[in-house]
Amino acid sequence: MTAPAVPTIAPLSRSKLAWAVSDGVAMTKRTLIAYTRIPEALFFTLVQPLMFVLLFRYVFGGAIHPGGGLQYVDILIPGIFVQTLVFGAVGTAIGLSEDLHKGVIDRFRALPMARSAVLAGRTTGDLVKNVPVAIVIFLMGLLVGFRPHGSIVNIVLATLLLLFFSYAISWGFAIIGLTAPNSETAQLMSFPLLFPLTFASGAFAPTETMPSWLRGFADHQPVGALVHSTRSLMLGQPVGSYVWESLAWSVALLAIFSTIAVRSYRKIA
Amino acid sequence: MAAAIEVTDLVKTFKGGVKALTGVSFAVEPGTVFGLLGPNGAGKTTAVRILTTVLRPDAGHATVLGRDVVREPDAVRSLIGLAGQNAAVDEILTGRENLQMIARLNHLPLDFARSRAVELLRQFDLTEAGDRILKTYSGGMRRRLDLAAALVSRPQVLFLDEPTTGLDPQSRLGLWQVIEELVSEGTTVLLTTQYLEEADRLASQLVVIDHGGVISTGTPSELKARLGATVIHVAFHDAQSAQTAAGVLTGVGNGAPRIDGNAVEINVEQGPKTAMEALRLLDQSGLEATEFALREPSLDDVFLALTGRKAEASADDDATPTKRRGRGKKEKS
Ligand SMILES: Nc1ncnc2c1ncn2[C@@H]1O[C@H](COP(=O)(O)OP(=O)(O)OP(=O)(O)O)[C@@H](O)[C@H]1O
Ligand SMILES: [Mg+2]
Repeated sequence: MTAPAVPTIAPLSRSKLAWAVSDGVAMTKRTLIAYTRIPEALFFTLVQPLMFVLLFRYVFGGAIHPGGGLQYVDILIPGIFVQTLVFGAVGTAIGLSEDLHKGVIDRFRALPMARSAVLAGRTTGDLVKNVPVAIVIFLMGLLVGFRPHGSIVNIVLATLLLLFFSYAISWGFAIIGLTAPNSETAQLMSFPLLFPLTFASGAFAPTETMPSWLRGFADHQPVGALVHSTRSLMLGQPVGSYVWESLAWSVALLAIFSTIAVRSYRKIA
Repeated sequence: MAAAIEVTDLVKTFKGGVKALTGVSFAVEPGTVFGLLGPNGAGKTTAVRILTTVLRPDAGHATVLGRDVVREPDAVRSLIGLAGQNAAVDEILTGRENLQMIARLNHLPLDFARSRAVELLRQFDLTEAGDRILKTYSGGMRRRLDLAAALVSRPQVLFLDEPTTGLDPQSRLGLWQVIEELVSEGTTVLLTTQYLEEADRLASQLVVIDHGGVISTGTPSELKARLGATVIHVAFHDAQSAQTAAGVLTGVGNGAPRIDGNAVEINVEQGPKTAMEALRLLDQSGLEATEFALREPSLDDVFLALTGRKAEASADDDATPTKRRGRGKKEKS
């Protein structure tokens, strides 16, 4: 081991904003490489929805009659979409928590990189990861009889709405990742938040049959509204105000969560 | 010449009331190695994290090459390299990708990043492993890559937090050489260590901290002179004999003999000469030693001499059980 002669090397010069983007892209790539190198993780992300599809489609599905000329599978698949992408956000919490406790974030904080890049790269990477996940679920749905009658534009809109929402809550999970004592706890802390939101919604059963006090919540809470808007768009039904409701939830949650996440990132000791 | 690192009255209290630093001050001359010594939990890592802008101090201030770590963190970051206490490398990336990513995040040109990665992999004996993901690396290889990552930007000031913990003797020696060469080219290095031997070999100035405060400063030889260059260690069958031996050996070394169970230890200036005297005294008193050894003073001995008590164990002691053990040349008699 011998040290080479050390002429100092000048960094490139670019504007602050250009560096923020460049650093963010580098960190996004880092997040995505991790997913491609551990394909098992992505595989198991898809196994759970597959099991839900089979379970609900063939075990419970026979007992649930949505009415309105719809098959249960038409109700189910949009619900599975929402559930998978929402649960997938736990990955943001786990990834950040691991970086934090392995000292990787310390190293990043000692580099002249943009402050925003660590959180932006993690959440953006998790967003990009959701694209193939969404495609696989869509194909899986077609295989078990899902027939979306919405226009292509509406289906694409539904997918964008889903991805945007998943991005917003990814920032929420970033807060958990930054505050949990370790990644296992981060994961455990996430589920009690996710279960009521996904199951007390129209994701797996029509909300019409729920008691009225629950129905109000199930229809309008963030995940519930998203289920309704995704489903209406995909099935080509009148969307009502749910799309706007979901959009409003996503924007509000993104604003709140990202503010808190950035603040916790600054504060971590 | 202005100091490369200047630290004045740094204070840091963590949530929960842990006083990690209670007012630490020191200055590091440019182009030298400065050693920060202290037992587990002394506050070494906290000091390094503040100096590398990772953590904000509650009070006091610090500059690196004249730049304030709190007010001009970006300027400081482009001057420094950090290898933290945990090998903070990306498990899922290859060695080469790790180095190139650090170069990119240092805003260095891409072609420089590539050639620098090749150069560093070679320098740290990782060329063959360069394209494997770090999951497949051994602990020592990870550590070496982490150190290589700290050097990517050719920093003028390098912070190494226990750089050789977990390295085999050969890698340790290799790293020492790398550090010496860097310093001969003008780099300033601040390193924390648990090994007196390492501080002795590399550092020209030392500060010893304990419970967040400075308890001693000086050159390694000054520090050692304060406690004697060698430790004589004699063990017996029972504690009673050790007691007696301590009485017999009083006045042989620096300070009073220390009793540790069945063993007695004394710090001495001139190892062999004093050892013969000690043996003669023991022989005359009819005491039968089961073990007689000369060893270099460990950090434990330094703390014992400075504080009058053993370096305190802390929570992460279990993870590194051999860290502070003196690694002397034992000769059974
Ligand atoms: N993030 C933190 N939150 C709360 N307490 C902390 C934190 N980091 C360190 N401490 C505490 O501050 C004290 C100093 O810790 P520090 O890591 O600086 O010690 P050290 O000298 O580096 O020890 P070691 O040799 O074990 O690495 C310890 O009591 C430790 O428990
Ligand atoms: Mg430490």
